[in-house]
Amino acid sequence: MTPLLTVQDVRVRYGSLAALAGVDLSVHDGQRHALIGPNGAGKTTLLNVIAGATRPQRGGTVRFDGRDVSRLGPAARARRGINRIHQRPAVFSTLTATENVVVAALPRAVPRRRWWPGGRRRAAQHRAGPLLEQMGLADVASVPAGHLAHGQRRQLEIAMALAGRPRLLLLDEPASGLSATEVGRLVDLLRALPRAVAVLLVEHRLDLVYALADTVTVLRDGQRLAAGTPDEIRTSPLVRQAYADGVA
Amino acid sequence: MIAVAAGPNRIDPYLIPALDGVAYGLLVFVAASGLVFCFGVANILNLAHGTLYAIGGYTAAALLDGGWASLALALAVGVLAAATAGVLLAGLLTPAATGNHLTQALLTFGVALAGGSLLVAGFGPDDPQVRVPAALDGSVVVAGHRYAAYRLVFIVVAAVISAGLYLVVRRTRAGMLVRAAVDDPEMVACLGVSPRRIRAGVLAAAGALAGGAGVLGAPIIGPGTDTADTVLLLSLVVVVLGGLGSMAGTLLAALAIGEIQTLGVALLPSAAPFLLFAAMAAVLAVRARGLAARWRAT
Amino acid sequence: MTHEVIRWGRRAVAALVLVGLVVAPWVVDDYTTAVLARTLALALVGVSVALLTGVAGMPTLGQTAPYAAGAYACAVLGSRISDVGVVQVVVAAGAGAVLAALTVPLVVHARGVIVLMITLAVGELVVTVLGRWRSVTGGTDGLAGIPAVRPFWGLPVLATDRARYLYALVVAATLLGVVLVLLRTRAGLLLRACRDDETRLRASGHRVPLLVSGAHVAAGAIAGAAGSLLVVAQQYISPADFGFDTSALLLLGVVIGGTASVGGALVGAALVIAARDWLFGVLPGQAPLVLGALFVATVYLLPSGVTRARVRLRPPHAPPSRPGAPAAREHASVAPELGA
Repeated sequence: MTPLLTVQDVRVRYGSLAALAGVDLSVHDGQRHALIGPNGAGKTTLLNVIAGATRPQRGGTVRFDGRDVSRLGPAARARRGINRIHQRPAVFSTLTATENVVVAALPRAVPRRRWWPGGRRRAAQHRAGPLLEQMGLADVASVPAGHLAHGQRRQLEIAMALAGRPRLLLLDEPASGLSATEVGRLVDLLRALPRAVAVLLVEHRLDLVYALADTVTVLRDGQRLAAGTPDEIRTSPLVRQAYADGVA
Repeated sequence: MIAVAAGPNRIDPYLIPALDGVAYGLLVFVAASGLVFCFGVANILNLAHGTLYAIGGYTAAALLDGGWASLALALAVGVLAAATAGVLLAGLLTPAATGNHLTQALLTFGVALAGGSLLVAGFGPDDPQVRVPAALDGSVVVAGHRYAAYRLVFIVVAAVISAGLYLVVRRTRAGMLVRAAVDDPEMVACLGVSPRRIRAGVLAAAGALAGGAGVLGAPIIGPGTDTADTVLLLSLVVVVLGGLGSMAGTLLAALAIGEIQTLGVALLPSAAPFLLFAAMAAVLAVRARGLAARWRAT
Repeated sequence: MTHEVIRWGRRAVAALVLVGLVVAPWVVDDYTTAVLARTLALALVGVSVALLTGVAGMPTLGQTAPYAAGAYACAVLGSRISDVGVVQVVVAAGAGAVLAALTVPLVVHARGVIVLMITLAVGELVVTVLGRWRSVTGGTDGLAGIPAVRPFWGLPVLATDRARYLYALVVAATLLGVVLVLLRTRAGLLLRACRDDETRLRASGHRVPLLVSGAHVAAGAIAGAAGSLLVVAQQYISPADFGFDTSALLLLGVVIGGTASVGGALVGAALVIAARDWLFGVLPGQAPLVLGALFVATVYLLPSGVTRARVRLRPPHAPPSRPGAPAAREHASVAPELGA
């Protein structure tokens, strides 16, 4: 079965620094795929390349859902079903929480009657309510997002990512800055995601990785060091070495 | 012999406008470098930039009497006056009131309006005459054509100034700070230099550059009621087209604008007003992607 | 609770202003009525400035360009083809939209202060072109003797200052109403989102260049329509009506009136224009000096009002690989004001 996402030989340089030095990655439908590695390994850069925010140099390709999306920008990729959340929660600060989710839901909202004005917006609004409830944000639905606490903004961003009905969800350190209860809620939510949505998760907290992921890829110095199930990675001496070196 | 004598007549009749374009372009470059500096280093949008140039121009008109000494005096006084005006402007631009570019634009526009009014009140509404040093008041023969001596000398002097600017920015410590500040203003603030001093210094330097350009360039773009607007407009176009990170880009943009305003007008006189607009549109449309990436970094 | 009070307060003020505007021509003399009509035209341009600056987060100093295009198109049309008001407004709006569409490629990829610079340059260049294109625009002498307008087919011609003023009021109020309604739609929501965080909007799958272009063209249409009102109010136009100082005044008015509120922007713009006209009447020689001082003073006197401008003049949300200090600071500056 062809993977949902195939990344091949992707290279990214910032001046003389090679952030990614030829990386391959595959994510299958419904997979819970974690991306780990020491700091500076290139995890966020790889996520940026997949999302279309960073263009790789010379020859690397990104294939999604059977098509080559290497030349598409982030908006086009989002329309095809690649949604992401950022390291620092990015929300529309003067829009209310509901409006935030509505905006995120609009591109892939299907109106009941095609030519009726406002249909898409109504469909988007229908999606917003339940999503906010699911994230525990129902009572702040009318609050401007700029007023929300960091954890709430993170949850709002996840709601927005889900509102876009993604096929692939890119999560960049979703647990950072969250309290213990919020992390618990996050884990429950991610576990409850429909099987149709594949998840690529960048995370430092290995306990979360082992709780959520069924596949793990390890990056180091811009290259893939190892890939496999969480147990394989946990016991791999290569990976232990990489983290030890990274810490030192 | 006869062939050589016939030679000059076959030379491109647009040589003179082309040379004029170089002079104009270099003048715009030196004048605009003040605005580039201001905006790139201190993140200040200074709409009073044209007024600083006009201060130099009016000083030249007032002090030049045909002698070399008067030229030196006019240059000194013009540079000083414009630099002082810059420092005063920096004093007005307190961070509380001018936290973003919009308020800066509005405030500096107010200063430009008031300053322009003061200049007109002092010098009258007509364009004053500018007298170049007598030695340069004639023309020389260049490749068989007669060309104004002052402009030729100006080209040389402006080229030297431009080269000097390049060296200062690229090779000295101050220049390194400038380049660092363009890349990341917050980091420079962290280095312990007081932002107020940076603002005052930057605006003084911008004033000095604009004022000096105003004095030396007075025979080319002379003082008058429209001068400030014209110089501001041209400087803005240079900033937009040339980008901020590259002196070469700025120089190229300035020279292009100079050529459009002179050679372009000579070639297509009926289309003259549209040329600058069309050129801007063409460059921006073509380079949109690259410029956009650079703008996002500013 | 305070939000409710503010909302009702705003509505009360708006109603009062509207009533005042309607009865004005019976209260003041003809000359003032004509001045008011001209102020309405300019205030409508202010609405287009507010649309771009406050709602879409793209500050502009170049709305005088479509304003001029609309005015000249209307003047030429009025002199040669049709004197029906509705036709003139539509044609003028079209001319403004076309000019905006032509300049869109220049600004669509630019953001923040660069837009200020480009729009300033474009505005100035358009005025220069107007001054030199003698065959069509009459050059710096302008176009005069434009025939009077009849609002609709079958209606009498507008012969008095009062009639012309009321016509301008009706058109301006209608267009303002249209803008307010449109802002409540999906487009308005997306524009506000674009102002807040364009990168985020892109990441959600929206076509941002299309949105930006649409906003510019719509603002151009409104400014163009305002141009037709100027022709009716003044019956004479020249390049001097569209100078850069007008743009700056409008921007100041919009900022004072509160950039996020289109209605407030209209009031702010009208106030500033009225102040300018009053000054020029009272101190003809020193007017620029005093006006310049007023600009500076306003920036100081209303610091909260000015910085309340929710205009994105910082770069958009920086890519995640770069420390996002400016984005964070911008969000921090928005939050406290919302509570006020």
